[in-house]
Amino acid sequence: MQEECLLKLRGIGKRFPGVRALHNVDFTLRKGEIHALMGENGAGKSTLIKILTGVYQMDEGSVEVDGKAVNIHSPQDAQNNGISTVYQEITLCPNLTVAENMFIGREGGAWVNQKEYRKRADEQLQNLNIPARSSQQLGSCSLAVQQMVAIARAVDMQCKVLILDEPTSSLDDKEVNMLFSLMRDLKKKGVGIIFVTHFLEQVYEVSDRITVLRNGQLVGEYPTSELPQVQLVAKMMGKTLDELSALEDTGSRVEATGEVFYKAEGLSSEETNPFDFSIRKGEVNGLTGLLGSGRSESVRAIFGADKVTAGKVNINGKEAKISKPIDAMKNGIGYLAEDRKRDGIIADLSVRENIILALQVMNGFFKPISRSESEAFADEYIKALKIKTASTETPVGSLSGGNQQKVILARWLLTHPDYLILDEPTRGIDVGTKLEIQKLVLQLAKDGVSVTFISSEVEEMLRTCSRLIVMRDRHIVGELKGNDLNQAQVMKTIAGGEAE
Amino acid sequence: MKDKTVNLKGGLGQLTIPIIAVALLVIFNLIRDPGFFSISITHNNYGNAVLAGNLISIINGASELAILAIGMTLVTAATKGQDISVGAAAAIAGSVFVKVLKSGAEISGGTVILAFICSCCVAMIFGAFNGTLVAVFNIQPMIATLILYTCGRSIAYWINGGATPTVTSPIINAIGSFAPGIPIPMPVIIVIIVTILFKLLFHFTSLELLTQSVGINQSAARLNGINTTFIKLLSFILLGVCVSVAGIIGVSRLGLINHETLLLDVEMDAILAVAIGGNSLGGGKFKISGSIIGAYVIQMLTITLYAMKVSSTDVKAYKAIVIVLLVVIGSPVVKERFAKLMKQRKKLAKGGEAA
Repeated sequence: MQEECLLKLRGIGKRFPGVRALHNVDFTLRKGEIHALMGENGAGKSTLIKILTGVYQMDEGSVEVDGKAVNIHSPQDAQNNGISTVYQEITLCPNLTVAENMFIGREGGAWVNQKEYRKRADEQLQNLNIPARSSQQLGSCSLAVQQMVAIARAVDMQCKVLILDEPTSSLDDKEVNMLFSLMRDLKKKGVGIIFVTHFLEQVYEVSDRITVLRNGQLVGEYPTSELPQVQLVAKMMGKTLDELSALEDTGSRVEATGEVFYKAEGLSSEETNPFDFSIRKGEVNGLTGLLGSGRSESVRAIFGADKVTAGKVNINGKEAKISKPIDAMKNGIGYLAEDRKRDGIIADLSVRENIILALQVMNGFFKPISRSESEAFADEYIKALKIKTASTETPVGSLSGGNQQKVILARWLLTHPDYLILDEPTRGIDVGTKLEIQKLVLQLAKDGVSVTFISSEVEEMLRTCSRLIVMRDRHIVGELKGNDLNQAQVMKTIAGGEAE
Repeated sequence: MKDKTVNLKGGLGQLTIPIIAVALLVIFNLIRDPGFFSISITHNNYGNAVLAGNLISIINGASELAILAIGMTLVTAATKGQDISVGAAAAIAGSVFVKVLKSGAEISGGTVILAFICSCCVAMIFGAFNGTLVAVFNIQPMIATLILYTCGRSIAYWINGGATPTVTSPIINAIGSFAPGIPIPMPVIIVIIVTILFKLLFHFTSLELLTQSVGINQSAARLNGINTTFIKLLSFILLGVCVSVAGIIGVSRLGLINHETLLLDVEMDAILAVAIGGNSLGGGKFKISGSIIGAYVIQMLTITLYAMKVSSTDVKAYKAIVIVLLVVIGSPVVKERFAKLMKQRKKLAKGGEAA
């Protein structure tokens, strides 16, 4: 033990009504270490982090910071002990300046010396190589920079332990690299970083050590260099990788030849440029491109989620007018939105109510689905999609991210769509569920359903799509199929001429 | 089976506080005066045998409030805000009711029905006005309804030319007190009818699910094809129906319309009833039954205080004290603490058994 122990958790246990979220978990963080905390959804990562940050209270176990036992009862306690967290969703105030965000809610009280704070903020930003000015409104910075400001805030508070919860899930590659160099800087300064992510490559790129949790229990702690990626996945899932390779083989690379189901010419919304788009029956196509390339906006236009401004749409050979979501639904289109929390779940309603919602809306105001019928639907899909929930009446907001996503999938499957649009269905969910969703997509296509699949993980799209539409700067810049469907070609097309 | 128990618990969860409040008020009154809730049969001026007693006057007196609370619950759930114009709108509805009654030579059953329909339509139009401001123009409900709150009683004043006309008719008298042959006050029966109608509305339409969805997550609701504007507008229009019925009961009780005093300040009690009923004023999930019980809690409190000879000026202050207690006990902070305490006790009890 030559390195200094910064944070020591021993025998942590936590129960929720009906679930044992954590049982006898140990975790050790050393000084100047980037430590990846890995596990599938429901493995207990979030619970462990929330205990560390004082959001939850643990039932059993002990926490030591710098060799001293501490009690963390509130986020304030955590901060006082030098534990800071930057969450997946930015929790700062976009309408305040960078400096204000860095010092809000800290010392100073009502008398804030703006000038001094700005100076200090600028120093800190420069120190950490963060491309932002203290006087800038936070909302005008990119997501990545906003995240870095949150980190700068933590560093300025003399944090010893920095927790990064899914920091890269909405960043593009360049931004990820920026974040990583910041993380390495902090590491040199002796800060211990707990890094939670679903991106395996990133774990290997930046972390020194990996702790794996499964079903609320510790699987083990490993130096990153001694744990091959395949084994990591196996440990997280608790099974071998046969399933993964099986899926690779069944990839539906074969080009679909069915009739055209949906065809749009010159379609545009307030958020997009005019574009042409079509999909055949039983085809899985994908929209790819960097964040902000317009892929999400395009499918929103197809579904009528944004105001459609122009274009001709044909569905099943007949002209159709889609100006709002219900029009699309009546034409057999389902849409799983990118932002699960904002546009997907109705958090306080039960799993059952969430599952029947779209079907209920399509049935109409005067044809309510009876209680027994809706329970039968819910039971059916809970079983079919293996949704982990205590009962049909559990509020969907209390489920894990992956299970919430399955509930929304169930909602659309229940409407028996002819065409399903899935925008980032696998974001922020565990490997196992990702595979299940990919399998489901392929099965749907086999049954004749058209699927448009959007994912920021190119591998995933290559595995499922038989045609990839590449977008850049809100324009379609290419279409790949057959032998062109490989990572290199996709990257080249996304990057455009410059890659040559 | 397991699901059902969870459900029952959840349902009771919201109703715990209002039911405890009712129980405490009942016990308090029984200790104070064992005969407080005794019910007797008397004969009124028309020679009908009718029920009388404190309990009857509590349930009867809360009728307008209970009906308004039903509509207010819907508006709260769908729009995350409240309508503060219900008192003023009821004055308008009542004025229209009287205006139509007075237009004919004599008041027959037909005229009353016509008057009700007219009053209801006017109230729904004003509801739609509020609803349009909220649902189409995205104005905060309290600000939007502040307009009608301010001008409503003036409009009511114009309808009957500034007079406070009286209506004398056995039918109106029956609506406001007792119908011949029925010992239960008519307003109470009207509350029951309105409640049943709303329950039927929830049973035969998907209104409940759609309203809750819009209130919890408007963006997601829209992407699931729900016409969120319509749902919000509809909640205000349904509240309009409630306003009209409440206004008519108020008018019928007195046999006259006083646009200045009819259901004065009732909006705050209606909002309070929704809150006491365990409904979040931030919208979303709701229970109509909670709000109705809430209305009875408020009325019971008032009658109890009057029975204790508290002067009418002081009543409001005492009411406030009790309400502060209720709201604090019902707050999430106290609930959480309480749940924790119970858990610890359970643990201790278990430990004891094991030993």
